[in-house]
Amino acid sequence: MISLNHYLILSGILFAIGTAGVFLRRNVITILLSIEIMLNAVNLTFVAVGRYLNTVDGQIITFFVMTVAAAEAAVGLALVIALFRHRETLSPDAFTALKW
Amino acid sequence: MFEFIAFYAFAAIAIIASLLVIGQRNPMYSVILLIVSFGALAGLYVLLDAPFTAVTQIIIYAGAIMVLFLFVVMLLNVPREEAIASRLGARARRTGAVLSLVFTLEIVWALTRLSVMPVSSGGGGSIGSVARIGTALFTTHAFAFEATSLLILVAMVGAVVLARKEHH
Repeated sequence: MISLNHYLILSGILFAIGTAGVFLRRNVITILLSIEIMLNAVNLTFVAVGRYLNTVDGQIITFFVMTVAAAEAAVGLALVIALFRHRETLSPDAFTALKW
Repeated sequence: MFEFIAFYAFAAIAIIASLLVIGQRNPMYSVILLIVSFGALAGLYVLLDAPFTAVTQIIIYAGAIMVLFLFVVMLLNVPREEAIASRLGARARRTGAVLSLVFTLEIVWALTRLSVMPVSSGGGGSIGSVARIGTALFTTHAFAFEATSLLILVAMVGAVVLARKEHH
């Protein structure tokens, strides 16, 4: 029998994969993709807990998370394009002008 | 029994595809594999009696957001990540891998200590009904819904302004 715990553990693993992507990759686009993985892991938690509590709120907050993710992707990719135009690279190591 | 098999199949697809996403050097393959992972998550939403969320997952994530990513990957035409030759490449990479492994183990350890909470299966579509979601969205959460439209507008203007070519 599949319980809420199964869904929570799956979502925890997916979230950890997303953080690993942010830690390990040296490409701004892949880092944005890893952030999408993390957002989806959280969405899975919301829907599973909503199912467990027998309420529709989990799906509604998932809807809002998807909207925010779409806005984040649009602005993030516009930033990536602007950065690439300036430095001709996508490595985050190239963008350290604000680093002390 | 069917639920059992379907859950493990979708979970395996989601985890393997996500691992391959962060394992690829070519961002093009990463984006395509992430679409696979989102498809598996949509299957899990169907198992959780949330067909509306499953459909929006496919339409918005796999359909809209990932196509945006694909466009940018193709537009910038940087297929491969540069070889790691930066200052603290290997050491930072190893530290990152260890930290994320510790994080995974921590989450799994914390969650396995919980008592088992059963999710009732096949509840006749009461949670999943689009009518119930729509009612809640346009009554209880009407303000948040309207605020979302403002957010989309701001994001749209921001994207246009940021990606515009500068003339001077």
